[in-house]
Amino acid sequence: MQVGSSYLGEPIARVEDPRLLTGGGRYLDDLGQDAVELAVLRSPHAHARILDIDVSGAIDVPGLLAIYTYDDLSGPLAEPLPLLIPHPSISAGRTQYVLAKDEVNYVGEAIAVVVAENRYLAEDAAERIEVSYELLPPVVGLVAAREAQQLVHRDVEGNVAAHFVQQVGDAAAAIAAAPHRLSLELSVERSASTPLEGRGVLARWDTDSQRLRVWTSTQTATGVRAAIAARLGLDLGSVEVITPDVGGGFGVKIVHPWPEEVLVPMAARALGRAVKFTEDRREHFISSAHERAQLHEVEVGFDDEGHLLGLSVRFWHDNGAYLPYGLIVPIITSTQLLGPYKPAAYRVEFESLYTNTVIVTPYRGAGRPQGVFAMERTMDAIAAELGIDRAEVRARNFIQPEEMPYDHGLIFQDGRPLVYDSGDFPATLDKLKALVGWDEWPAYQAQARASGRKVGLGLACYVEGTGVGPYEGGHVQIETTGKVKVSTGLTSQGQGHQTAFAQIVADELGVAISDIEVVTGDTRRFPYAVGTFASRAAVMSGSAIALAARAARAKILRVAADALEAAAEDLEIVDGMVRVKGAPGNEIALGTVAVLSNPLRYAFDEASKAATQFAVGDPDLPPVAEDDEPGLEGKDYYSPLRSTFANGMHAVIVETDPDTAEVAILRYCVVHDCGTLINPRIVEGQIHGGVAQGVAGALYERMAYDESGQLQNASFMDFLMPYVSEVPERIEIDHLETRSPLNPLGIKGAGEAGVIPGAAVFASAISDAEGFQITAMPISPSELFELRRQHAANAAQKGTQP
Amino acid sequence: MKPPAFDYSRPETLEEAVGLLAELSSGGKVLAGGQSLLPILSMRLAAPEHLVDINRIAELDTISAGPDGVRLGALARHAAVERDPAVRSTQPLIPAALRQVAHPTIRNRGTTLGSIVHADPSGEMPAVLALLGGSVTAVSARGRRTISAAEFFLGPLESALGPDEIAVEAYFPALAVRSGTAFAEVSRRHGDYAVCGVAALVSVDQERRITSARAGYLSIASTPLVLDLTEAVLGRRCADDLSAAGRLARQLVEPDADIHASADYRRDLAGVLSDRVITEAARAAAGSGPGD
Repeated sequence: MQVGSSYLGEPIARVEDPRLLTGGGRYLDDLGQDAVELAVLRSPHAHARILDIDVSGAIDVPGLLAIYTYDDLSGPLAEPLPLLIPHPSISAGRTQYVLAKDEVNYVGEAIAVVVAENRYLAEDAAERIEVSYELLPPVVGLVAAREAQQLVHRDVEGNVAAHFVQQVGDAAAAIAAAPHRLSLELSVERSASTPLEGRGVLARWDTDSQRLRVWTSTQTATGVRAAIAARLGLDLGSVEVITPDVGGGFGVKIVHPWPEEVLVPMAARALGRAVKFTEDRREHFISSAHERAQLHEVEVGFDDEGHLLGLSVRFWHDNGAYLPYGLIVPIITSTQLLGPYKPAAYRVEFESLYTNTVIVTPYRGAGRPQGVFAMERTMDAIAAELGIDRAEVRARNFIQPEEMPYDHGLIFQDGRPLVYDSGDFPATLDKLKALVGWDEWPAYQAQARASGRKVGLGLACYVEGTGVGPYEGGHVQIETTGKVKVSTGLTSQGQGHQTAFAQIVADELGVAISDIEVVTGDTRRFPYAVGTFASRAAVMSGSAIALAARAARAKILRVAADALEAAAEDLEIVDGMVRVKGAPGNEIALGTVAVLSNPLRYAFDEASKAATQFAVGDPDLPPVAEDDEPGLEGKDYYSPLRSTFANGMHAVIVETDPDTAEVAILRYCVVHDCGTLINPRIVEGQIHGGVAQGVAGALYERMAYDESGQLQNASFMDFLMPYVSEVPERIEIDHLETRSPLNPLGIKGAGEAGVIPGAAVFASAISDAEGFQITAMPISPSELFELRRQHAANAAQKGTQP
Repeated sequence: MKPPAFDYSRPETLEEAVGLLAELSSGGKVLAGGQSLLPILSMRLAAPEHLVDINRIAELDTISAGPDGVRLGALARHAAVERDPAVRSTQPLIPAALRQVAHPTIRNRGTTLGSIVHADPSGEMPAVLALLGGSVTAVSARGRRTISAAEFFLGPLESALGPDEIAVEAYFPALAVRSGTAFAEVSRRHGDYAVCGVAALVSVDQERRITSARAGYLSIASTPLVLDLTEAVLGRRCADDLSAAGRLARQLVEPDADIHASADYRRDLAGVLSDRVITEAARAAAGSGPGD
C-alpha cells in the first residue's frame, strides 16, 4: 500500500450517484426502444390441469407477431427448468417448464407468451387467449402443506421436497437432563425482495453472424448466458449477456433462467427482431419469487445460569410450487440460527414443503431472519424464565474471540464446514449496550410506564456467513492515457461497486479514483463469474480485483524499473507516477509505462509513436519477451476455502400506542462487524437499506394469500413496503473491524446484515413493551390489538381461578 | 398493466364536454386528475370506450369560499384546496382531512371533486362531504342538478352521478359559530387508505356545553357513514370525560375485516378515534368563543 494514498476505509461519495440521481441511469426498459414486446398469459388459478389453449381469438389483434405455448417448444426448451443447486437430501425436486405443460401450480405461472409490436397490443392478444382448466384443490400455507390432504405434485408424497437433519452431540438427551427446559413455537410469514425495478430482458439476434446479445436485469450475467446457450442450443461463444443498470435485486434476480430470459431470446431468434419483456408490478408479485415463510418448534435445555445445554429445532419451510434454487434458504436457517452462540448439543431438522404459491428463493437475509428470530426469541424466553438480564444470558453463551476459528461441526450452505473465521462477540455487545444505553433502560422504562406509556427495548444478535465461493475474477488494465480499466464478471444492482472496487485499485496502483473505470456483469468483458448474492461481491470480486491489481502492479514496476534503471523494489507509485523512492524527479508516468509495455507496428498518436517497435526495446531481443505479454494488465481469481462470517447486534426502542396498538420506533441502534471497511459510507447505506427491509418484515410486509391461492395484495397499495416515513429517521451505527483471515483485504460481506435481526429485534422490543411474548412475525396493529385482548382475557381467567 | 385502446377527447368548454358524453351514452368516462382512473385502466379493471379529458375547461378550475361555505370546481386540485387560506377559515375540516389524502405528489394532481365522485368508502373527502351535509352539482345535456351528500353515495365506488353527467362543483357548508371540527385516522403507512378514519363536527352553546356531536367515518361501511353521537355527550364540556362518544360509536358501527385489520380492531379504532376527534372538535368549538 502506498504511503499517504489510502482510499481503503474512506467514506468517499459514490461515483455512480451523480449519474443515477440526475436520471442518467440506463435500466432495462430504457433500452431497445425499437424492440417489439412480449407479454405473458399467466395462470389465474393456483392449481389446475390445462385442458385446452385456444389462441384463435387472439389472431386478429393488430400488430400481433407470435404466440407461443408449450406445444411450440422443442428440445431443451421443452424440458423443465434446471434445479440450480441440487442437494442429496432433496427427495423430490420439481421445477417448472418455461411455459406450463399440462398443469399449473400457482397463480401467475406462465402459460403462453405473446409478441406484438408493443406491450399494449401484446396484452390485448393475451387477454383473448382462451384456456380451459380443470380445477384441482390448492395447497396454501404450511399448515395445509403439512397436513397433505391435498398434494401439489401428484407424485410427491406429503408435499415433502426434502427432509434434512444435522446434529452435533445428543441434543435430546442434553435437553432431557437439563435443569430447565422450554418449548417455543415461532413462525414467520412470507415477504419478498420487491426491487423497484422488476425483471426485464431484451434480446437481439444478429442474423448475419448468428449471434445473440441479451441484456437482462439479473444478479448473474454468466449464469444467464450459460442457461440461454444450453436452452437455445447455441455455443457459449455465440451468446453475450450484458447487465445494464439494475434497479435492485435483493436475491430475486439470482434465480435463472427465468422463463422470460429464455423465451425472449427464443422469440428474437425466431422473429429476427429485437424483443423485450418488462415485468410489471403485478407480475412481479405473482410470478417471481417470495421468501421467509417458516414454522419453527424449538426445544431448549439450559442450566441455572442460562447456558445452553441442548438445543433442538424442527422447522417447516414453505418452498412454493417448485424448487429451482434447492435448499439454500432452509439450510441457512438451520446453520445460521446458532448466531454467536455455542450450545453444548444441537440438532436441527427441517422439511421443505411444496405449496401452490409463488416459488421461494433467497431474499436478502436468506433464511437468517427466521433463524435469528427463532434463536433470539429463545434467548429472551430463557432470560425471562430465569429472571436474568437478556444481554447477560446472551453474553454467557457467546463463542469467545480466543475460540476462533470456531468449528460448529455442521455443514454450511456452500457445502463446506461451518467454521467462523473471526469475530469478537463480547466486544460487539459491549458497544451496543453503550450505544443504546442498555444499563439505563430499566429506569427509563419504569418512568415511562408511570406516565402511562408503553415502551420496549429489543435486542438481537446474528452471525452471517458471507462471501461464498466458488470464485470470482478481476481484470485490471492500464491504458496509455494512464487511465485504469477494471472489470469483474459479477453484476451490480446499486451496491456502489464502481466506487468500492475503484478504491481498492486506487490503493494498489497509486492512482486517483477519477482515473479508474469499473465494469461489472458484462460477459464480453469478463466471461468467468458466479454472481452477486450472499453478501459476496466485496469479498469475492474485491479480493480478486486486489489480486489482479497486484499482478498489474508487479508488471508496472518491472517495466518501469527497466525504464528508470532502478530496482523494482526501490519504486513506488504515487498519483499515477512511478518514481524512485527518495530520488525526486526520477519518475515515469503510468501511461508511459503502458506505452513501453506494448511494442506497436502502427502509430496513431504521439503515445503510439513512442511505442513502435523502432522506438522501444533492445534490438537484439524479440519485442515481446518469451513468457511476457504485450500491455499492462493483471488478471487474477479469488477462490476461498470457505465463507467468511460477519456479525452484528441490533437494538430497537419502540413505543406501542395503548389505544390504537400502533408501533412507533423511537431509536434504532446497530453495531456491525464486517471486517475491513472499504467504504464506511457504502456500508452504512447497506445497513440503512437492510434495516428498512427489517422494519418491513417485522411490521408491514406479508403475502396475503387466500385459501384458493389468490394473492390478495399483489400491489404496493396493499403490500405494505414501508415508505421513508415508516423507517427510522436516524439509525445509530457503530462498527467493529475484525479482519477476516481468509482474504487479502480482511473483508467480510455487508450486503444483508441490516435486515437479518429485524423480526427478532422488534419482537423482543414489543414483548418488552407489552409484557407478553411475541411469537409470530410480522405483527400489525390489528394483531397486536387481538393479542392484547387474548392476554387480558387469559389474565382475567387466571385471576378468577382459585 | 397497459390499458386497452380507448378514444380520447379534450374539449375546451363544458358544453362541448357534456355534448360528447350525451353522444357516448354510457361509453364515456370523465378524466380529471386521473389518480384513481388511470391505475384502474392500466390494471384493466375497467375499459371505457372514450375518455373525456376535462382538464382544459377553465371554468371548472375554481376554488371559492364565502359566508355560506366552500365551493370547489371539478379541477380544484387537493394541494391547491389544502393551501387555500379562505377555505381554511371557512371550513377548517377540509384542509385537515386533505392532509391525509394519499401523498403530496398525488394531491398535486388529484382533484377533490374527483375523489368524491370516485366514492371510495375509504376516501377522506366523501366522509367530510357527508358529515358536513354538503352536495355535488352535476351538469349534463339534460340540465343541471344538485345532489345532496346523503343521496350521492350509493355504494363502494358507486355514486348517483349518471354516465352522461359531469360533476362540476362540490359544496361544503361553512363552519357555524360555536362549532368545531377535527379529523383523525389510522393508516398502516403514511398516506395509505385509512384502516379507520373519523371526522367530527361539534357545536356548543353559550355555556360551551355540547349541543350537537356528529362524526363521519371512512373505511367502516360501504359508503361514508355519519353518526349522530349527541346523546352520548349532550350538555358536557370539552374538559369533561367524553368517552361515551366512543362507546356509542363502537355500538353503532358494523365494520368488515380485511387483510389489514380485523372487524373488532376497526370497531375499536372507530371508538378510540371518535373520542379523540369529538374532544378536539369540542375544544375547537369552545375556543371559537361565545361572541364569534
